[in-house]
Amino acid sequence: MTITSDNNSICLNKVSKWYPSHKAVTDVDLEVPEGCLMALVGHNGAGKTTLMKLILGLIQPTSGRLSILGKNPGDQSVFKYREGIGFLPENISFDANMTGRELITFFSRLKQVNKSRSLELLEMVGLADAMDRRFKTYSKGMKQRLGLAQALLGKPRLLLLDEPTSGLDPAARRHFYDIIRELRQDGATILLCSHVLTELEAQTDAVTVMNSGRVVASGTLDELREQAGLPLSMRITVKEGMSEQVASPLRAQQATITKLNGRHLELECDPQSKMKLLRHLSEAGSDVEDVELFNSSLDQLYAVFSDRKGA
Amino acid sequence: MNAIWTIALKEFRDALRNRWILAASLLLALLALSLAFVGTAPVGNVDVSMMQVTAVSLASLSVFLVPLIALMLSYDTIVGEIERGSMLLLLTYPVSRWQIIFGKFLGHTMILSVATIIGYGSAGCLIAYNAEVTTVDDALIFVSLIVTTILLGSAFISLGYLLSVIVKERATAIGLAVAVWLFFVLLYDMAVLGALVVDQGENMKADFVNLLLLFNPADSFRLLNLTGFDSMAALSGMSSIAGRAILPPEFALFALASWITLPLLISGHIFSRREI
Repeated sequence: MTITSDNNSICLNKVSKWYPSHKAVTDVDLEVPEGCLMALVGHNGAGKTTLMKLILGLIQPTSGRLSILGKNPGDQSVFKYREGIGFLPENISFDANMTGRELITFFSRLKQVNKSRSLELLEMVGLADAMDRRFKTYSKGMKQRLGLAQALLGKPRLLLLDEPTSGLDPAARRHFYDIIRELRQDGATILLCSHVLTELEAQTDAVTVMNSGRVVASGTLDELREQAGLPLSMRITVKEGMSEQVASPLRAQQATITKLNGRHLELECDPQSKMKLLRHLSEAGSDVEDVELFNSSLDQLYAVFSDRKGA
Repeated sequence: MNAIWTIALKEFRDALRNRWILAASLLLALLALSLAFVGTAPVGNVDVSMMQVTAVSLASLSVFLVPLIALMLSYDTIVGEIERGSMLLLLTYPVSRWQIIFGKFLGHTMILSVATIIGYGSAGCLIAYNAEVTTVDDALIFVSLIVTTILLGSAFISLGYLLSVIVKERATAIGLAVAVWLFFVLLYDMAVLGALVVDQGENMKADFVNLLLLFNPADSFRLLNLTGFDSMAALSGMSSIAGRAILPPEFALFALASWITLPLLISGHIFSRREI
């Protein structure tokens, strides 16, 4: 029953999960190559968590096939491969009366990681001072960090992170992305669900957008930009009073001027005509003092795709 | 095996932490001691071992209390963890669902055993200290009471797991746990008695009634303790039944063992197919 996939950590083939009351996930094809950071984005209820549960083998697909690290996750008899998986659930919940140290020790035993390594992880996520306090006294951010520490136990080859940065303050967030960067250098595959998209941009290799249980778009950021056909924005600084003069030839090139004043003009254009516009601008010589380009952000892309219904 | 032990230890540690073991031990010790020093007062200076009298009274009371403790310990172990969300994470670890069920069972049995040994054991020691003589038979009866109480508790822990894996919500499990307790501890015996009265001894022979008792872990426990030793049978007024020696204690022991293993195996089976 295993699907042979040499370099895909995650491979989903027409996977559906239908409940009697609703269709949570329909016909999802998804391939995450080894070492790739894939962001999974979508509204609440778009099927992201169901997809995570399917990948983890917690629920069985209604139809379709999955292969995770080369194994079928639904097969309860092969559970040893889960040593290579780290998971951070959206809502962290542990026994309230246990201390952070006890919890991480418990999980490290299950993963057969030695104790000193697990305490190192607690230090890494910044819980060293709080590890002898009971879990119920932890703040949301501390709980999240403990969750992250357990997900990183045993150097996982595949990390599934559901809303990893929710409840983290900016410093902890930055620290989290540093950790992610290190893991990627070690070649770990990461599937990450998040609502906070802008901070993901610099890190992701690929993005999958889900809506109503279907994949509506998948690919690298550039591919998605192309598919979305969102205009490129440009902000041009010119010499005092020259803005109209600079703007008029650009209008002829189908650029839409969105803002115009004495020193600045902002415009939107088709990404393909970018170079043509830039050439025009360079012809304007010293009248143009500065040009800034803004690619459509992940947030904008998400807005476009998440409103589209699945194909 | 390692994973089972890790899970068992965590359950045990948690019960120590939230003072479950302390509370249960104290409760059982108080019960045993009050029975020993208050309950045996009417006996006066009759030539009867205080240890054995206490054992008989304790056995009758254990039937009510221990199943309740065991069910309270076990009913929410699966459904509660699913509701809190901690099961979700545990299942992503390299642990099979069977290992989780067995690990929890081992942990809960340890909790109950420690509480019983401390509770009844300390009472037994106090009684022995106060008694003029304590025979080997006395000690044996008390040890057998402790062992069978642990078996009785394990059977109800096992039944509690069955509830815990079949229900969708914790609240349902509580209701069912009370129902299970009521059925096995009270209603079952009343039904058997009622049937006997109606039947007037026409069709239901003693063999059959004895067999019926094996289909209830609480009654199997009673059979073991109240008829297992001759002196106990005499004290408990069961000698007329035991005297006929219809069922050797091995049967009751076997029945209890089945009540422990079968629900546990069924729970494991259901749990490994359940979607979280």
